[in-house]
Amino acid sequence: MPISRSWVQAMSEASAILVIAHRDFSKLIRDRQRMIAEFAFPVIFIGILGTSLQTGFGDRAGVNLLHFVFTGVLGMTIWQSTAQGLISLLADREQDFSQEIFVSPISRYTIILGKILGESLVALPQWLGIVIFGFVLQVPLGADQLIRMALAGIVVAFFGGAFGVLVLANLSSQRAATQIFTFVMLPQYFLAGIFNPIGHLPLPLDILSKISPMRYAVDFMRDAYYGGAGSGIPLFDTSTNFAIIGAMFVVFMVVGTFLFVRAERNR
Amino acid sequence: MKRYKKADTNAVDGISFQVKAGEFFVLLGPNGAGKTTTISILTTTLAPTSGGATIDGSDIVREASAVRRKVGIIFQRPSLDQNLTAEENIRFHAVLYGLYPYAPTYGLMHREYRAQVTELAKLLGIARDIHKPVRTFSGGMRRKLEIMRSLLHDPKVLFLDEPTAGLDVPTRRTLWEHLAEVRRTSGTTIFLTTHYLEEAEDADRVCIIDKGRVVSFGTPAEIKRDLVEDYVLVDATDRSALGAQLARPGYVTKGGPPFKVQLDGHTVHAILRSIETPLSVVRTHTPSLEDAYLEIVGASDE
Repeated sequence: MPISRSWVQAMSEASAILVIAHRDFSKLIRDRQRMIAEFAFPVIFIGILGTSLQTGFGDRAGVNLLHFVFTGVLGMTIWQSTAQGLISLLADREQDFSQEIFVSPISRYTIILGKILGESLVALPQWLGIVIFGFVLQVPLGADQLIRMALAGIVVAFFGGAFGVLVLANLSSQRAATQIFTFVMLPQYFLAGIFNPIGHLPLPLDILSKISPMRYAVDFMRDAYYGGAGSGIPLFDTSTNFAIIGAMFVVFMVVGTFLFVRAERNR
Repeated sequence: MKRYKKADTNAVDGISFQVKAGEFFVLLGPNGAGKTTTISILTTTLAPTSGGATIDGSDIVREASAVRRKVGIIFQRPSLDQNLTAEENIRFHAVLYGLYPYAPTYGLMHREYRAQVTELAKLLGIARDIHKPVRTFSGGMRRKLEIMRSLLHDPKVLFLDEPTAGLDVPTRRTLWEHLAEVRRTSGTTIFLTTHYLEEAEDADRVCIIDKGRVVSFGTPAEIKRDLVEDYVLVDATDRSALGAQLARPGYVTKGGPPFKVQLDGHTVHAILRSIETPLSVVRTHTPSLEDAYLEIVGASDE
């Protein structure tokens, strides 16, 4: 009965995806230090940078820079959280339970999917933490905005995961992994316009900005908060950003997973 | 054969051996000999540059997934998740190997699974701690838990990559007893790597590798015969008479005087009885396997 057997196989791969995700999430919940550290970054960015930008330039610019930074950091944090989570798969390969995952009979695609799901779950409490912090800073947040931002958060988390797979597949050593932040993440902070407006950039920077995946994650989150490009703050419409994110997601996943699976055994 | 990318030499170079089902097989060698590389290839986490192997009839390259199902692995580095409980570590293994469908809590897992875990916890004497984080367990207990976990899917071959590294002597001993018990009850083939010679002494067969090549292969006794030179050193005041006598019965002597008479299956007693010349020196030389092993690996261990 080939159908039944492939069904059993599919169910067991699905179970494996859930288990990998479960592990990632439990790890976060039980690691208080990490929980606190994950919140520190956005709190510093929004609380210090956002607030000081607003009091310094905000009134003159006619844009609330606190809100601008808040939405930017929210999009960036979730996107980067899942991306980094996936990249850590490389460093973890020879540590604790990860070795166990790599030698188990599950498909390599299952590992990637489970990891993306797990890291997206990990991003969830971060989303919540940042939103609560937004309330503390009296960023106006309506129910409709929160719902849109939650949905956007899910999309951004998966998108970050796909980007992580692509980066992961092109890394050969852990040393390269530690340099990721400097060369891949940090430039995107500025090219994605988390703190700074990127509507009018010189051509070379504009090109770099347009190929920065983080830009679309951030802009998509701003769409959710401001209600689309009509408000004058996000660069692209929700649908445009969603289409770009969707296309990048597919390309990153297909190319990344293919390269990862191939590189995995040919070290 | 395996050559890592960016490496000048082969980590494992043309090694070849067979392990029989149910055997206790030891791959012995100093650090850097290629033991972990060999295990990684056999457990399909690393593709060989050339060559191949089969495990229980499954090809490690073409049927990697089937091989993974047939083997259990204890890694050199602990592979338990410290933040998870003992039960969760077991549960995740069981799900990854498709033994039971996933459930978010222990209570929701299949009844059979829970019965198995209860049994296992009793066996390890951790019935009360099974839902505590692994972090709170001792090093030896963690290793035992790992072994138990790796046997859940009933592997044909259990690979252990230096399982006693980093454990103190009493813990090492209890782990050893535990492993012997596992062998008795499950009949699983055990494939163990180590750089401790004494851990190879109970093996059915031993393969010694060094710098990626096989140095010696066989039962511990065969290896001993192969590597160790046993002889009786004799000398007498009347050396010429002794020399003449030793030449007669077909003994192999080396050097002399004093003469080194190879044992070659003869007993020391038989050799001495055949010598009539009064002896001034009799010294038996039967070095331990350890001496021989050190001789082989000594150079590369520096």
